[in-house]
Amino acid sequence: MSLLELEGITASYGASQALFGVDLTVDEGEVVALMGRNGMGKSTTINVICRLLKNQSGTARFAGQDLSSYPSYRAARLGLGLVPEGRRCFSSLTVWENLMASARKGEWDLNRVGRLFPRLQERLDQYAGSLSGGEQQMLSIGRALMTNPRILILDEATEGLAPVIRQEIWKAISELKKDTGLSILVVDKTIKELALVADKAVILERGRTVWNGQFQSLDATITDQYLGV
Amino acid sequence: MINERVLNTLIALLLLVVPLFAWQLDEPFIITLATKAAILALAGVGLNLALGYGGLVSFGHATFFGLGGYTMGILASHAQSFTPIMESPFLIDGTKSMPIIWLVAIVISAFVAFIIGLLSLRTTGVYFIMVTLAFGQMLYYFSISWPAYGGEDGLSIYVRNEFPGLNTLDPIQFFGICYVLLMVVIFFMSKLNSSSFGLALNSARQNSERVQTVGISPFRLQLVAFTISGAVTGLAGALFADLNRFISPTMFSWHTSGEIMVFIILGGAARLYGPVAGAAIFILLEHVLGGLSEFWHIFLGAILLLVVLFAKGGLIGSVSKKAASHG
Repeated sequence: MSLLELEGITASYGASQALFGVDLTVDEGEVVALMGRNGMGKSTTINVICRLLKNQSGTARFAGQDLSSYPSYRAARLGLGLVPEGRRCFSSLTVWENLMASARKGEWDLNRVGRLFPRLQERLDQYAGSLSGGEQQMLSIGRALMTNPRILILDEATEGLAPVIRQEIWKAISELKKDTGLSILVVDKTIKELALVADKAVILERGRTVWNGQFQSLDATITDQYLGV
Repeated sequence: MINERVLNTLIALLLLVVPLFAWQLDEPFIITLATKAAILALAGVGLNLALGYGGLVSFGHATFFGLGGYTMGILASHAQSFTPIMESPFLIDGTKSMPIIWLVAIVISAFVAFIIGLLSLRTTGVYFIMVTLAFGQMLYYFSISWPAYGGEDGLSIYVRNEFPGLNTLDPIQFFGICYVLLMVVIFFMSKLNSSSFGLALNSARQNSERVQTVGISPFRLQLVAFTISGAVTGLAGALFADLNRFISPTMFSWHTSGEIMVFIILGGAARLYGPVAGAAIFILLEHVLGGLSEFWHIFLGAILLLVVLFAKGGLIGSVSKKAASHG
């Protein structure tokens, strides 16, 4: 049984339907890339997984539980660790406070997050609002890890960051994969960097899953058809 | 910019030293003013947890202030008339013991705050303000129309309640009680605010959705904060009633809610000593400006306006940077 399973998910924002049938599975220890052009439903799919948006039909299951009756905070407790788009750190709290506010017991603690992101370790007493974009992104990932999730969900984790910082974050993600065997669902647009970590890929087009398979078997025809501009 | 911890220590010392000097100089009125400031500060410290840290603009904290006051009034009036509060199904006697009165005031206020929170926290923004205001006004009109405990005229308690080992009628001793309680509660609040509960509450004020995605229910956080907040303000109400040896429906009125809010705005919201600084300034202004003119509230209004426009963090916010809770 897969850790995360979406089947035939449809969802709307008010009157406008955004998802028309999304299928997606993430197995234990697997890194899945969720891809597609802008506005194809990637973030909406993540909102449905995290129960920030209710799906109208289809089933969403995590760790064997049907998520439909779960409010957002209880779904998170099952082990969904979201790194939201746009980072959204708590800007008036320090780095230390941001991390402690979300801490739950488990392997991940302040020391381990500090080892993964030494930059955070150096800035524990700095306010999150005064961090650079890359540091805020690291904090956002650290905050999700502090909840000791079973799956890490990264929504556009490297968007708008300097190339050096992007590399640092991708390095951290591949370290996570190698050292912990954490399941990861990652939304991103850069195929080259996803190739470093992803086992599988799911491509969305107009709110529907249109391609689903091993990341290596993604070829130019597919990427041109669904991801090219 | 002064370090916030240093500033807090200064405020705490000042509030202690002034009445001690007054005691040496035999000026009991000043001691009474300081006692009033300490008690109102305590009420503000209670509201600050909900309003400052939790972002819950409660316009009904007079509910708890009044409940604390009436708890004291009801218990003490039965004790002074030697009549039980009720006989069946079991006997409840009045009491003149402060610790028991405090405990009852805290429990009742916490319980009512829990119920009000349960209903009002389903709303946000202006609706939250209105629901909390409505509860306060409900109890206000109830207290006016309840003749058993004085109705509109209020109720006098002739002798101040007792505290083991102390003479509570001596102003400096009663001040000592109030001051120690204030410090104990502030210590508790400082621990609470730097705990993971406090940090999560702070986060929920900024972005409740993000708090949910790390597995925390903002509703529960806010309900707990509102309950503790009400309990502390209730304790302040019981002390305030003891200070005046008098309770009246005014304690429940929305003016009282507004005043408690003013302490926080003057001193600094979400600052540990904000309400203490605010209440002290308020008492000072009331005394100084009140001596000049009956309409001193006009001046208070002008000062409040200036603070809101030019010193958003209140007194504490404008002279000190926020201290980090770690390090």
